[in-house]
Amino acid sequence: MRWVGCQVCDGVVEEPEVPDGGSAVCGRCGALLFRRRRRTVEITFALMVAAAILFAVANAYPFLAFEMQGQVTHTTLGSGVQALWEQGSRAVAGLVLFTTILSPASEILLLLYVLAPLHFGAPAPGAVVAMRWVSRLKPWSMMEVFLIGILVAVVKLADMAEIVPGVALWAFAVLIPILAGAAAFLDTELVWRRLGEPA
Amino acid sequence: MSALASAAGPGFPYAQCHTCRLVVAIPPVAAHDAHAALGCPRCGSDVHRRKPDSLSRTWAFLIAAILCYLPANLYPIMSVTSLGRTQADTILSGVVFLFSHGMWPLAFVVFVASVVVPVLKIVALVGLLASVQRRSRWDPRRRSLVYRVVEAIGRWSMVDVYVVTILAALVHMGKVAAVEAEAGAFFFGAVVVLTLFAAESFDPRLIWDVIEERDEQR
Repeated sequence: MRWVGCQVCDGVVEEPEVPDGGSAVCGRCGALLFRRRRRTVEITFALMVAAAILFAVANAYPFLAFEMQGQVTHTTLGSGVQALWEQGSRAVAGLVLFTTILSPASEILLLLYVLAPLHFGAPAPGAVVAMRWVSRLKPWSMMEVFLIGILVAVVKLADMAEIVPGVALWAFAVLIPILAGAAAFLDTELVWRRLGEPA
Repeated sequence: MSALASAAGPGFPYAQCHTCRLVVAIPPVAAHDAHAALGCPRCGSDVHRRKPDSLSRTWAFLIAAILCYLPANLYPIMSVTSLGRTQADTILSGVVFLFSHGMWPLAFVVFVASVVVPVLKIVALVGLLASVQRRSRWDPRRRSLVYRVVEAIGRWSMVDVYVVTILAALVHMGKVAAVEAEAGAFFFGAVVVLTLFAAESFDPRLIWDVIEERDEQR
């Protein structure tokens, strides 16, 4: 017999039988207990491979170009951080670097490292620690918020100059739904179980 | 730290791992101390029945966030130079700009993300803290929902910080056109991070503890 607990109200119930694709909700406070995704390892792994490629593209190429009086400037994820750093806003630069580059990149890489060996049966060495970091970093990856930031920036500059979308912008546009899908398909409870539950 | 057995159930003293959500049985010695740190047998994280010092930590983060809130809104978050003229933009003037240019949906998103969400988060967390400290029994289900909403929406406030970043990277042509981050961006970023920490350190299970005590007394 297994028990599942609610993280919001601390109620504990016997684990209900949930069909694939369904979810269980706490009867007392209404919070989500878990989503059951039986092929979670394979699907999330596939999505993470796609995410890794798109993330690399999103970082390597400029996402916007700005043209004014014949001069053109490009911006990449990194150049935004660099510009803030050079202007002396170092804390803000660090925050942006962490939430849009370091944290999402680590999350993608760590999940790949955890999930690939799980598919073949045996957890990778250190997979438990890696998975712990995945859950710790999750709230700090804010790529989808950054995408809205790009839209607002485009609107603000539209009067001032010509704005040209770059390759990375399309990569972003595909990356965001893929990350959202991966979050929805990751059944963390099943992954933790396979990583080694005692008994 | 001591090793724990998994799979306890109602009626047994138990704790939940914050990281991997395993329900673990706890030894009677630790059952009386809600903050005793024990090791999760599955993922190795510290397991507490309740987050340690939840109330005072949440208050500390919240008060710091409230202190940063005023400078975040009063100081400009960026200065925009265009053809020799320099103009300072605050959080609010950014929203007004979008409205006045007829970008209603985007203006609405930014208004919600930068103005409504931070205020709502601070007010909601102060309310939750006060309700727990006054041992309130008012609708625990609704208060739990408030907490879940606060937890989910906090990240969206980062939009304005990202806008400043993108503009600063794109527009740097000296006197012709330039965007520079200003002090307000620092304080606004601080409000977002501090409220995220505040939400993280609040333990929603405290809302339910009073209710459970009453049930036990019956």
